Amino acid sequence: MPSKLQLRSLKAGAFLLCLWPAANLTWALFNNKLGANPVEELLRENGIWALNFLLITLAVTPVRRLTGLTWLVRFRRMLGLFAFFYALLHFAIYVSLDLQFDFPNLAEDIIERPYITIGFAAVLLLFPLAITSTNSMMRRLGRRWLTLHTLIYPIAILGVWHYWWLVKKDITEPVIYALVLCLLLGSRLFHRVRRFAKTA
Amino acid sequence: MARFKLPTIHSSEITDESSYLDRRKFLQIAGLAATAPVIGSACASEDSGAQGGSLGTITKSEYSTDEEQNTFEEITTYNNFYEFGTGKEDPAVNAQDFVTSPWDVKISGECDNPGTYALEDILKPHALEERVYRLRCVERWSMVIPWVGFPLADLLKRFQPNSNAKYVHFKTLYDPEQMPGQKRRVLDWPYEEGLRMDEAMNPLTIMAVGLYGKEMPNQNGAPMRLVVPWKYGFKSIKSVNEIIFTRRQPPTSWNKSIGREYGFYSNVNPERSHPRWSQASERRLGKGLFGERIDTELFNGYGEYVAHLYEGMDLIKYY
Repeated sequence: MPSKLQLRSLKAGAFLLCLWPAANLTWALFNNKLGANPVEELLRENGIWALNFLLITLAVTPVRRLTGLTWLVRFRRMLGLFAFFYALLHFAIYVSLDLQFDFPNLAEDIIERPYITIGFAAVLLLFPLAITSTNSMMRRLGRRWLTLHTLIYPIAILGVWHYWWLVKKDITEPVIYALVLCLLLGSRLFHRVRRFAKTA
Repeated sequence: MARFKLPTIHSSEITDESSYLDRRKFLQIAGLAATAPVIGSACASEDSGAQGGSLGTITKSEYSTDEEQNTFEEITTYNNFYEFGTGKEDPAVNAQDFVTSPWDVKISGECDNPGTYALEDILKPHALEERVYRLRCVERWSMVIPWVGFPLADLLKRFQPNSNAKYVHFKTLYDPEQMPGQKRRVLDWPYEEGLRMDEAMNPLTIMAVGLYGKEMPNQNGAPMRLVVPWKYGFKSIKSVNEIIFTRRQPPTSWNKSIGREYGFYSNVNPERSHPRWSQASERRLGKGLFGERIDTELFNGYGEYVAHLYEGMDLIKYY
């Protein structure tokens, strides 16, 4: 177990690391390195990082169980909030730069395009989790907090599904994300089954 | 059912055999020297870092748009050419060593002059024009590109298609060693496309051999590619090495792959949504982050030249 000071500096380092993709994109934006279709690139990169952080957040518990490093759980809130941060950026770029605040078009997309419907649902579901991520909210909600935060599972599934559905043909990357997600969810199932078998 | 006429080629439009043979003789005499200026080789030029050989005399065309053109950089670094990878930047990287000389084009099917022709022979009689066309991708982005090429009709007539020739079928080179993307079955290789005969003979349809006055960069479909500006970009097949005149509608790659999303015709049509996204508007690349979306036009704005081809046809049904 790292000392309090060590943990704080680790957290600060992790925070900066989590901001790195955003910083990198900002740098690319101002140096004209986003390619011929910068809007698409920003949209895509923020979406990818939202998915990455969802999966990294979901990896905390299995890695903790495997390694016994219980303090890893201290990083989970920050990682989850970064997933929210990049998902929100992704959505904001879509509404502002891509759709240019054409709200009838937005409504049409959400209603008629299934991959947007599920992506939008995932972003919406992230809000209650972000809002209830504070210590006081955890105390206030008690056991219900845990139940509420199992929403992360459907959110991750919707996110990967959204990616799978929007790809034109080459689904290699969505498949990789889906496999990692299966692994992370499967490890939880495995853990439960084993615990159940032990107590029975 | 659709009612439209398939065009028949008037005999006066077809190059007669004697002048055709004369041309071949001339080519034989002229020999290799004649082939150099147009096709040259994949010699690197310093300014583009790619092929970039000069193409000689190029005339302007009345079919060109005067809209602002995309930069050479934009046109050559943002490509859908799955033979060289599925990322937009992949072709610019992976196609650098693609060998496009020598290059043969096989002509077969319903025509009187089938055979395998060297590219030099294919290109030699054609005067080159610059055609500045809008290119509308099915992915909702568009560019304005100064192609250099010649009317496909002029090329096809030389092979003397017969009255059974109702469609033209095109294929891209199949060579997984050179085209690493073909090692994975993202699409059923080789890439193939097709046009109805009247679409192929329309004066807007060109075979392009260059852009911005220079030889076609590999990532844009060297050495020779189709450009059909009123259809979604994927109809404009790249690196063509086979042309077949057929009686029946030929199979086309994206249609075979996902038929409900990509039809044989694939005319640009804001009214017919892609099942997963609207086609009502597009992003003109090169306008920066805040460039306004523009409304997509039926036939990509080329209706005055091509609308008559589809008279009486249900364009939603025949998407």
